[in-house]
Amino acid sequence: MITQIPLEHILLLSAALFAIGVLAVISKRHAVMVLMGIELIFNAANLNLVAFSRHDPQLMQGQLFSLFVILVAAAEAAVALAIVLRVYQHFKTANLNQVASKEG
Amino acid sequence: MLFYIFAAIAILSGAYMVLTRNLLYAGFSLLLTLLSVAAIYVLLFADFVAVTQLMVYVGGVLVLILFGIMLSSRVHDKSVMSENTNVGWGITISLLTLIGLSYTIWRAGFSSLPWIQQAGTDVLSGQKSTVQLIGIKLMTDFVLPFEVASLLLLIALMGAAYIATAKQKV
Repeated sequence: MITQIPLEHILLLSAALFAIGVLAVISKRHAVMVLMGIELIFNAANLNLVAFSRHDPQLMQGQLFSLFVILVAAAEAAVALAIVLRVYQHFKTANLNQVASKEG
Repeated sequence: MLFYIFAAIAILSGAYMVLTRNLLYAGFSLLLTLLSVAAIYVLLFADFVAVTQLMVYVGGVLVLILFGIMLSSRVHDKSVMSENTNVGWGITISLLTLIGLSYTIWRAGFSSLPWIQQAGTDVLSGQKSTVQLIGIKLMTDFVLPFEVASLLLLIALMGAAYIATAKQKV
C-alpha cells in the first residue's frame, strides 16, 4: 500500500497553483496568457475536488464533479480562443490593453 | 515521495509559465504542469480523471492554446512576447491569496474532520480501477448532468466554429 499523502499538502499545492494562475491572469497583457492562467485555476480547483474525493465513503462525487469541471473548461477554452481570434482579426492585436483603448 | 517530486515540477513549471514572456515557452511549461497534475491524480487513486486530464487538457485544450498563439501572433515577431502589466498589484494579490489560503488550510485542520477520519485508508476497497464505478454513476445518479454536458459541448462547438469563421458579406 502506498503511504497516504497528507491532505493538507495536496491543498497547499492547489493553493500555490491557484495563486500562480491569479498572478498570470492579473499581470499578463496577452489574451492567450490570461486564458492559460484560467486553465491553471481550473486545475487547482480540480485538485481539491479529487483530494477530498479520496476520503468520500461513496468515493465518486468529487471525481465526477471534477470530470464535469474539465468538460466545462474545454468548452470555455474553445469559445474563448475563437473570440480571441476574432479580436485579433479585427484589431490586429491580441494585447488586452491596446484592445481596451481602441474603439470598435 | 513521488507526490512531492510531481508537486515541485508542477509549481516550478507554473512559476516559469508566469515568469517567461515568450508565449510558446509559457504554453509548453503549462503542458508540463498539466502532465504533473495528471500524475498526482494517479497518486490520488483517480485513474479515470487522470486519463481524462491527459486526453482533454493535454490533447485538446493545450493544442487549441498553441493554435491560438500561432494564429494570433507572428512567431518571429515581437507579438509572441507578452508584456506584463500591473505587476505590483498582481504579485501583491496573489501573495495575499496564497498566504490567506495557506493559513486557512493550516488552521482548519481538515485531517481531523470526522468524516475524513472515518474514511479508511483502503479507499478502493479491493477494486482495481474506478472506471466501472464512474460508468455506473454516470448512467444512474448523474445522468442529467451528463446529458446537459453533451448539449453544452455541442453548443460550444457550434458557437466556436461560428465565431471563428470569417463572416461573409451577403
